[in-house]
Order: sequence, then C-alpha cells, then structure tokens
Amino acid sequence: MENKNTQSRRSFLKSSALTGGGLMLSFTWLTSFKSADKMATLNLPEQWAELNGYIKITPDNVIKIFCPNPEFGQNVMTSLPMIVAEELDADWKNVVVEMGPHDNVKLGPQFTGGSNSVKMYWKPLRNAGASARQMLIEAAAQTWSVPATEITTKGGVLSHSSGKTAKYGEMASKAATITVPKDVKLKAVKDFSIVSKSQKNSEGLKVVTGKPLFGMDYRVDGMLIAMIQHPPAFGMKLKSFDASQALKMPGIKDIYSFKLYEEGYEQAAFDTRTFNEMIAIVGNTTWEVMNARKKINAQWEPITETKEKVNGFGGRKIENIVPAGLESTNAQLAKMQEMAKQPAKQLRKDGDPETAFKNAAVVIERTYNAPFLAHNCMEPMNFFAHVEADKALVAGPTQSASWLEPSLTKVLNLPADKIEIQMTRMGGGFGRRAYSQFAYEAARISQKMKAPVKLIYTREDDMTYGIYRPMYTATYRAALDVNKNLIGFHVKGGGIPENPVHANRFPAGAVDNYLAEGWEIASNVTIGAFRAPRSNFNAAAEQSFLDEVAEAMGKDPIQLRLDLLKRAKENPVGKNNEYDAARYVGVLELLKEKSGWGKPENAGKKRGVAAYFCHNSYAGHVVDLVMRDGQPYVEAVTSAIDCGVVVNPDAAINMVQGAVVDGIGNSFYGALTHKDGVAEQNNFHNYRMIRHNEAPKKIDVHFVQNEIDPTGLGEPPFPPVFGAVANALFKATGKRFYNQPFKMETEKKV
Amino acid sequence: MAKYNLKINGKIRKVDIDPSTPMLWVLRDHLDMPGTKYGCGMAQCGACTVHLDGTAVRSCSLPVSAIGKGAITTIEGLSENGTHPVQKAWIEHDVAQCGYCQSGQIMSAAALLKDNPKPTDADIDNAMSGNICRCGTYLRIKEAIKTASKN
Repeated sequence: MENKNTQSRRSFLKSSALTGGGLMLSFTWLTSFKSADKMATLNLPEQWAELNGYIKITPDNVIKIFCPNPEFGQNVMTSLPMIVAEELDADWKNVVVEMGPHDNVKLGPQFTGGSNSVKMYWKPLRNAGASARQMLIEAAAQTWSVPATEITTKGGVLSHSSGKTAKYGEMASKAATITVPKDVKLKAVKDFSIVSKSQKNSEGLKVVTGKPLFGMDYRVDGMLIAMIQHPPAFGMKLKSFDASQALKMPGIKDIYSFKLYEEGYEQAAFDTRTFNEMIAIVGNTTWEVMNARKKINAQWEPITETKEKVNGFGGRKIENIVPAGLESTNAQLAKMQEMAKQPAKQLRKDGDPETAFKNAAVVIERTYNAPFLAHNCMEPMNFFAHVEADKALVAGPTQSASWLEPSLTKVLNLPADKIEIQMTRMGGGFGRRAYSQFAYEAARISQKMKAPVKLIYTREDDMTYGIYRPMYTATYRAALDVNKNLIGFHVKGGGIPENPVHANRFPAGAVDNYLAEGWEIASNVTIGAFRAPRSNFNAAAEQSFLDEVAEAMGKDPIQLRLDLLKRAKENPVGKNNEYDAARYVGVLELLKEKSGWGKPENAGKKRGVAAYFCHNSYAGHVVDLVMRDGQPYVEAVTSAIDCGVVVNPDAAINMVQGAVVDGIGNSFYGALTHKDGVAEQNNFHNYRMIRHNEAPKKIDVHFVQNEIDPTGLGEPPFPPVFGAVANALFKATGKRFYNQPFKMETEKKV
Repeated sequence: MAKYNLKINGKIRKVDIDPSTPMLWVLRDHLDMPGTKYGCGMAQCGACTVHLDGTAVRSCSLPVSAIGKGAITTIEGLSENGTHPVQKAWIEHDVAQCGYCQSGQIMSAAALLKDNPKPTDADIDNAMSGNICRCGTYLRIKEAIKTASKN
C-alpha cells in the first residue's frame, strides 16, 4: 500500500468521472479523524492516511453518499448525509444513503462508538459537499460562458441571472473534469437549511414495514443455523460432552467442540476470551438446533489461572491475569470493601488534601456501589459467515468492523484482502457489539462446516456471556471548614476489573485540595464498554454526593455546582482539566431556566438534579418523581444538552429521551449478579428492563444554541440520569440511595 | 413432522414441520418472513408479536400446532407498503432508533387500536407493557398511538 502521509490536506479531495456519466468526488476522513482526541490513541494502519469516502452525483440527479458507519439507532444514516447535502446545496429529497462496505482505505476507521460519528465526519463531509458544489458551479460557468461568481445554487439547481438553470445531474459529468478547488467557503451556521432542521429517518419506512435490515435477518440459500453452548459459569471450561442423542435429532448436521483462539493468540483491543472452548450445534433451522442442544450431556470443570496477552489501544501490550474461581456477588462486594481500605494508585493530586481533611470542621464521607450490567440489546448477538478455502464473507451487526478484520485474518488464517465484511443495521449496540467474538465463532463454524452459517445467540446466551458493564464502587469525601466552605475533595474508586475514576473531570479544577485514587480487582467475569463507560457510574456517584455536600453547606445544589464552576473557569486548580467550565455552566443555566428550578410553583415537587460532562458534550437533567403505592416513578424530566451544532434536532431529541428512559431503567432495575460463577439473570423474566408504564410521561429536551462543531450525543445524556434519579429519590423518600439498582431497596420495604 | 395449511397475511402457506415449532421460527426460517423478530423466546419482550385472528400474540411461544384455522397477520401483512395508520404515525413521530423492537411494538399497537380505537394513557400502558424497547422510545410510541387513534 502506497503511503502518502506527506500529502497536503487539499490533495485529499479527488474527482473522477462515473461510468455512464456523472461526478464522483472522493475525500478523506482522516484529517478530522486524527483530531478526534479519543481516536487519536488508537493504533492506525499507515494506509489509512489515504482514506476516501465519496459522494456520487448521477446524470439523473441522484446524489448518493456512502455511510461509513453502521446505524444502531444513533441516526447516522440520516444525519451524516444531511451534512453533505447542506454544503452541496442539494435537494434533500434526491439524496440517497447507502451503507458502505467495510473498506478502511475508502471509508476510514469505521468504528461506531465513543459518540464519535458526527464529530469525526463533520468537517470532511462539509468540505466534500462544498467542493462538489464549487465544481458544479465551475462546470456551469464554462458551459454557459459566464463568470462562476454570478452562479447561485439552491435545492440542487444551478442558476444564472440570465435565466439559465440546470439541475446538478446535468452538470455532473462536466464537473468531473474540473480541478478540485484549493479552497472552499463553508456556509455560516445561520444559513443552514438542511442541517439543524429535523429530517426523517432515512430507513424509517423500512423499519415500520419489517424489511430485513438486521444481522438476524441475513439469509442466503443453503445457509445453516448454528448455536454455541458456552460454559454455564464464569470460571468453568469444557471437560467433555456426549452429543450422541442430540446428533440423532432431526435437522442436525453436526455437534462438536471448538476453540475460538489457538494457544498463544495475542488478542486485539476488542477481542475477548470469555469462553475459549465451546460446543457448536449446527443444523437446518433454529428450532431444530435449539431442541438438539437440550439433549447434549456436557461436563464442565473449573479453570486454572491463566494469563492473556492483549495488544491494546495505541499498541499498548497488556498482560491480563484471569484468576480461577467461581465468583459470587456477595463475595465480590466483600472483596471490594476490603480492597477499598488498602492504599491505592494516585491518579491526581492538587494542593494538600491530607491537611485540608485534618483541619476540616466537617467531613462528609459516602460510598456508592453499582453492579454488573448486561447490555441487553434487543437483537441478540449473531453473525453470518461463509468461509471457503481461499476467501471468506462475514456479515452482521458489529460496531468495530475494522478491529474484527485483523483478528479474523489470524482466526481463519486468511489474508485481509480475502475477507469481506458487510455491516448490517444493528438492533442496539450500547458498546456490546464492539466486541465481535460472535463473528469469529460464526467464521470458525462455517470454516469447519464448509457451508454458509448464521450463528444465533439465544437471549440466555447473550445475557450470560459477559462483556458486562463492570462492577464499581467509589468512596467520596468532602472537607468543609467552619464556614461551610468546601476545602477538600477526595475520590477513591475501584472496580471489577477496572477502576472507574475520571480524575481530571469536575470537580477537579474547582477545589484547591483534591485527591483522586483508583484500584482494580482481577476477575474471570468479562467486561466491556457500556453506554458511556465509567461515566455511567461516576455521574451517579459524584452527582449524588454533590447533592449531599450542597445540603451540608446549606446551598442549592445547582448553585453549588455554579459556584464551583465559576472557580474552575476563573482560576482553575491544577492541570489537564478535561471540561470547559463555561459550557458546563451554560447547560446548568439552561436547565435551571427550562425546569423552573427553585420557582414557587415547583416547590411541592420531588425533584433531583444532576449534570455531567463526557464524550465532549455536556448534559443535565431535572427529574420529577412521584410515589404511587409506595413506589417511586419518574413522572417528568427536563433535559439540557450542549453538544454543539445539533445536526438533526428531532432525532437528537429522540436519542436524549431514549437515554433518559434507559438511564431510569438501569438505575432502578439493572443488575447482573452471580452465584458460584453463574449469572443469576438470564432472560427478561429475571432481568428487569424498564417498560412502557414505568417511563416518564414527559421528557422536555433543550439544546444550548451555539455554533460549536458537533460533539457526541449517544452517550452524554445517559450518565447524569442516574444521579438525578438518586437525588429525586431522596426528596421523595427522605432516604439517600447509595446502591444500584435503586428499586431493589424501595421494593424490599413493601 | 406434520403438514399445516397456515393462513398468513391472507394467503395459504403450506409447511411440513415439527408441530412444536413456534410460529416465530416458522415465519423466519421456513417462510422467509423476517419482519417478526426474535428477542427472548419466552413471551417477555414482545419483539415477536403477530396477530392471531386480530389479537396480539407472542409468536415465540405459540406452537404451529395451536394455530388451526386461525388467521395470522405479521408486520409484512399489516399493509402493502407502510400505509396502515399505525405505521404512518410511527413515521410521522419518527419513533424508531435502532428499530429492532418496532415490528412488535407496531403489531401490539395495531391490535390495541382495533379493539379500543380511543385508548387512554392507562389503556396504552396496559396493552404495550409487554413490549420492551432498550433504546427507550416509549414516549414516542405513546404519541404515535394517539396520532393513529385519530385516523
């Protein structure tokens, strides 16, 4: 692969003629991809310096753009094309969007996660749209022999004052011969007519008519159905099995055990080795495979401690210890309590926190706990694979196709250019589908069966396979002087198996004496990213704690935050503060105004507030809670968000409302517990999800209006919901809630 | 194995199949109708909701042998091309996020409105609480049902 790292930014735009006429403008994603700070830590192949996506304008006036990232509810298949159409001055009705193939060279990193899609593609898509528009203008100027400056565009039509007009399609072939402009002027935000105006979901009709969009719906002739039987407990492995009865069942092709990775396999960042040896059950139809599976007589045995090698982000070599043992939730909690007493790793220190706490008139200390959470995407994990001797096709729902590919080359022993990956729409992701071991499993099974295979997890397989949100705890301490000023702040957090603490986030930077520490406990329960990793716990704990600190100080909770942020803005303490205090204040002010916080008419309401910064955006909620039959229900929520320019407002509101509902559900009910390594919840009868009757009746969403380049939205509104719910619960019950899920405590009392 | 003549979306479909096979898998694996979704396999999430003689049922827990002469309607048969009032309301309110649960949500809503054309909020909660949406689109579903109830 030719490496053109030295190219200037302009040369990343290339035009070419389409077969049959029309314009294709290729462009790079990389310039903004590099600046997306989270992604900058990833280890990028060098050939990604030559990334290109494209827009096509056909002679019949259809404008097509390839969407690089798959859709999982975040609206990218609508919002990304909107950005192109805006700068192109296209007629939105003529824009079609197509899911792009997996192609790192043409379409970039293709990683869906970290609330990064719009942030990452904003600039390249605008540049591409504006450049194509400029080339169409130039083509019209040459055709009509008029100066380009006299030509205007609107809705996909070029016009000249002489009365001449042409649709874009008519000029597209000519435009393909025009040199890509050196500089293009982008529109002012105030002039947007497509972006920042609500546009309908580009796949909405397909969804409501039940079209086959999802991985589960993938089907080819002669395809077999496969399932895996994994050990019944974390800390167990396969000893032996007898499938003689199961093999006699109708429709069954084969039942055998297989290893996901060979000995010594070095895992990539998103590879997981929860269960390396499994039983594959392969047959003609799902029901036949499900029935045969029940007849397998398998023996399992405990694992011994192992070490796994992981080639982490940025090429970081990690060696993880996977301990032996059958873990139970109570024992895990006891271990965490013990570990919390031990000295921990210092993550940040400002001033002299020891002295501040020694001299304090009042010290407030509170500990918060949260369980493992299962992602419970509505579409269980699945993948299609057709592996042949010299090539492979895999297709399905994945958030990380580009991480899947290099691992598949090793798993299948095939070169990357012989592996085709197709990305389907995903029935939810929430981080779970960044870990694509189910795709390797499907590929291994297809390779063995020499047939196209669709691997399906049952709900039980999905829920008991791990990749959970880690189990966390944190102890917060605040030191107040005699005048009730906050003079010291200390957070010490830990988890199984990672510590949750974001040491450089608020209130770091706002308190003179500050200490953040973290610790970890190894486990054989596997974990992974879950909608706003770590933040979803930190926001719950820290924002509940600040509520208690405000109470002790005799301050309104929003005012306490505003006072601290004033300090962080005017005279910040320490270095590396991650957040922008002014934007944080903006969200709180908007939230205060829109919720009528502190207004006499709301005095009787049981209200809680929380606000949080993560994934480059700011979000806050005021939650109004009511008690019915002794049980709390969230009745109404007011939300304020600063994510910069909002590309598709109605879809953005939908996503925030969804995050609020999801947050209430997980804070009230979410928990995955273990007994002797066995997940105690395995389907929706014992893993409680929020339902229609438990959702708020009203969620008002407000965005801070500004012209800042868009930042993330899929994750940021989620974490502060937990804190706002906890604080409203205190108002409603007079009791502080420190342990998630909250509803376990309220329901115990009835 | 047993032979069945199933009435699905107004057409007779023949299958020769294990009588215990749930309708969900008959539709998805045998009749290539993937609009009806698998979510839990135990009638807890509603993703597989279809109509049996106009009533919402969970097809994952409904064996093919129990259908008899009953008429099945799936999301593919609700309308020719998305013109059922519930589907139109879903688009008007742009309900879907990931969209996976929405076939089931729509089928539950359509059955509710057939029986109860002007449902109250409590009626909607009662009829819809068997359908889970992890994306959290419940508010829009309720609004869409109210819009559809006007048509």
